[in-house]
Amino acid sequence: MSECTPTGPVVLEIKNLCKNFGGRVTAEGLEGGLWAVRDFDITVHQGELAGLIGPNGAGKTTVFNMVSALISVSSGDITFHGKSLVGMPPHAITQLGIGRTFQNIRIFPRLSVLDNVRIALHPHAGYGLGSAIWQGGAFHTKERELTDKAQDFLSIFELQDKQDEIASNLPYGEQRRVEMARALAAQPKLLLLDEPAAGMNPAEVRSLMDRIHFVRDRFKLTILLIEHQMRVVMGICEQITVMDFGQVIARGNAEQVSNDPKVIEAYLGKQGGKPGRRE
Amino acid sequence: MHKSGFRFLGQSLQFWATVLLVFLFAQWILMPRMSNFRNTAWIMFPCIMAIICLGLNLIYGFNGQFSLGQWGFYGIGAYTSAIITYRFGARVSLPIEGITVPLPGLVQKLIPMAEMQLFHFDAGKAGLLLIAVAAGAVLAALVSLAFGYIVMLRLGSDYFGIATLGFTLIVQNLLVNLDRWIPETKGARGMVGIPPLTSFFWAFLFLVLAIVVLRNLLYSSAGRAIVSVREDEVAAQAMGIDVLKYKVVCFVLGSLFAGVAGALYAHLYAFLSPSYFSFAQSFDPMIIIVMGGLGNMTGTVIATFLWAITLEGMRIWLPMGFEAWRFVIYPIALLLLMLFRPQGIMGRVELGFLRAPKWPRRTAAATSANPEGRKEAAA
Amino acid sequence: MPKLLNRLVVSVRKSPVVYAVGLLLLVWLAGRARQNPVLFAQFIVDGIRLGFVYALVALGYTMVYGIVRLINFAHGDVFMIGAFAAYYGTTHYHWRFLPALVLAMVICAFVAVIIERVAYKPLRDAPRISALITAVGVSFFLEYFSALNFVFTSNFISYVPQPIQFTSWQVAGVTVSNIMFVVMAVGTVCLFALYYLVYRTKLGKAMRAVAWDKPTARLMGIDVDLIITFTFALGAALAGIGGMLYVVVYPQIRTFMGVMPGLKSFIAAVFGGIGSIPGAFIGAITIGMVETLSAGYLSSTLRDAIVFSILIIVLLYKPTGLFGEAAKEKA
Repeated sequence: MSECTPTGPVVLEIKNLCKNFGGRVTAEGLEGGLWAVRDFDITVHQGELAGLIGPNGAGKTTVFNMVSALISVSSGDITFHGKSLVGMPPHAITQLGIGRTFQNIRIFPRLSVLDNVRIALHPHAGYGLGSAIWQGGAFHTKERELTDKAQDFLSIFELQDKQDEIASNLPYGEQRRVEMARALAAQPKLLLLDEPAAGMNPAEVRSLMDRIHFVRDRFKLTILLIEHQMRVVMGICEQITVMDFGQVIARGNAEQVSNDPKVIEAYLGKQGGKPGRRE
Repeated sequence: MHKSGFRFLGQSLQFWATVLLVFLFAQWILMPRMSNFRNTAWIMFPCIMAIICLGLNLIYGFNGQFSLGQWGFYGIGAYTSAIITYRFGARVSLPIEGITVPLPGLVQKLIPMAEMQLFHFDAGKAGLLLIAVAAGAVLAALVSLAFGYIVMLRLGSDYFGIATLGFTLIVQNLLVNLDRWIPETKGARGMVGIPPLTSFFWAFLFLVLAIVVLRNLLYSSAGRAIVSVREDEVAAQAMGIDVLKYKVVCFVLGSLFAGVAGALYAHLYAFLSPSYFSFAQSFDPMIIIVMGGLGNMTGTVIATFLWAITLEGMRIWLPMGFEAWRFVIYPIALLLLMLFRPQGIMGRVELGFLRAPKWPRRTAAATSANPEGRKEAAA
Repeated sequence: MPKLLNRLVVSVRKSPVVYAVGLLLLVWLAGRARQNPVLFAQFIVDGIRLGFVYALVALGYTMVYGIVRLINFAHGDVFMIGAFAAYYGTTHYHWRFLPALVLAMVICAFVAVIIERVAYKPLRDAPRISALITAVGVSFFLEYFSALNFVFTSNFISYVPQPIQFTSWQVAGVTVSNIMFVVMAVGTVCLFALYYLVYRTKLGKAMRAVAWDKPTARLMGIDVDLIITFTFALGAALAGIGGMLYVVVYPQIRTFMGVMPGLKSFIAAVFGGIGSIPGAFIGAITIGMVETLSAGYLSSTLRDAIVFSILIIVLLYKPTGLFGEAAKEKA
């Protein structure tokens, strides 16, 4: 595990991010409703492996969804390399260089594994509708290049032999790898991983952790991941932010966070005792 | 040239050879045997209907947007082209007479003609038809662009279908009242005097064009983007696909197909009645593509011909007085199909040229995009 | 009721432009009304009468959609069957109004139950498009089977003699008929009876439970299949009443008569918020009035285009209809 002190440029900066569901708009702002996220902030530097943890329902995926613009921001700001993301459509955000995976796998079920990955390469396809319909020489060359790139991504995840399989027919673990290969194929600079270890056994988790490191180093990425399994987070993350009830309750490296009383309380309740997980 | 290239060529050659053979067979052997009325209903009309259905399959089967709008664009294409050709119809003619070849006796038995015109082409009429088709297509495309963009933007896919239903109903109502503004259309009484410019050649040509355009589009990066919208819109957006753009592109292209079909239709029977473009008929394309298989091009073409020929066939073959029963048998057959084969006739299987091209992996050493791969493979 | 009001207020806030335009339209309408109040009142009265008929059919659409998420395209044809049943009841068997009405209700409910068991139930877990295509197929079947020569033929049949002696009188210049009162009375009774059934009885509670969550309803001991069949039958009975009332107003029947009214009732249900019972009712009355007003003031032949255009415009701003649920946040 490489030590990484946050000295690189700031990749992602979130300030005072808030999300309200169901509130009424009044003169003072939003009244009522549920504050899923309140005054959330985080700063992620180039090359960092940052973690966002917290019990179920803490608002972690909501934060991710706001970064990818899959839901609207109630208030606050999100900047990526200094550029504000608030108000941009989701596909533009991806094209800026932010990729993600989903908590419940969202691969394209009826498409082949290869097609799943090739779709992520679409913004970089290099040809437009006209060329697609005419399918002259230029098309075949560009399509071959695109497919080669996709196949390379697949081979990183040892999926090259499954390229023509229908995605939904694959076992769960392989589907997760397809999703990650696809997210990488979008050539992101920042990768958001939403509970990448969900449903994995300890061996798979270990190989996942290795893969995350490999990917970060090979593609020079910055990674922000959500997990609620402490062991994964402790193993790889350099900076950890802890959320509960929509707000940040602790921040620091693995050791600092695991000894923080507020974190322990969030996971276990007021009794304390052995650190464990609140499911 | 790598393997997949040859495969494309092979599949392409196969396709074009089949196209040529089918055309020659229909043109020289089937058509001369049929009385004038029947060959339109059995051969030309299904070609036209298949174009509409391919357009709808693009919008719904491949892109996932439920739309009942095809029939409205069909009507727009039909009337637009008819209005344009109405004025010029009889007067335009520029025949280019071709070679006439006398046929030997043996061949005459097969092809019932004493001599064959290898080439007969009326450039004037052809030009007029092309202009008419272009007009119908362009207007359909413009209307669908405006309607599709505004409605898709605001409504998203769930309520888009209802809006397209409203659109088709509005179009029909406008067509009935069209004689208010354009008297030669004669509104509900039906428009006559349209030059019969459509021949099997043109209907077939546009069908083949539609198939090729659709197939090429779908087996490209844009095609994958289109299908990803159907599979999971949210994930597609997260992968950088501009979902709205592709929904509109599919809607416009599909409507363009319907517009072209409309123009061909108008010049087929040389008569247009607004009651044909009514709500009752507007479900036919939807029924056909579900019958053939949603998201399946081969299925659409096959189902269209099956549907048209069966309905027409029943009209001829059912005993006297029982012709009306065909509209009772048809829904029963439909119900049985939905119960026992809901994925449609072809399901997910495409044939020949329409099959998805395979891209076998090139060896790690060969790829230009992965120079490091060689080193890693060697390591 | 207060919840509905709140929804209306929220939707006004969200799209003030539409409501401003709507207000302008109402102002223009008021102007025409002042010009010729009698004509205006006549249109309103005719519109409400038409709207009540649409409402009875729209309720069937909305209830079925609410419970099985299916747009029952065959509903308009059930309406037609009700009309025919009423016709046979009064002309061939010489029954009076009320017995003929009951006959229409019973026959329609019976037909709906058969359709549901044979065509819809087997496809309940199938993709929605299959069920939709089947509904279209059932609709075609009903129309064309009835149009066969040995059944009803495809001709127009004039409804003579009528079950209710038509009398009309003038109220301040506006022609009002006893038929109109019959329609409104029957319609109102039906609406209140339905409201009572759905919101104040155990059966209604079961219906609402099944509409909300079928597996859980099953776990609570509710016979889901029975409730679904009952809902279809209830909706069909209402359509049967609607059919009878429609021919009492427009005494001519034919086997394809259900297509347009069915379509307009469906549009009314969507307009009011599909799945919402008060929505279907209010939507239908509104559509009825819009239809007569646009036929009267703008153009009789273009009235359908105008009605459907208004639907699309309203949908653009409030896709879930007037009383539908608020549009969900994009996931």
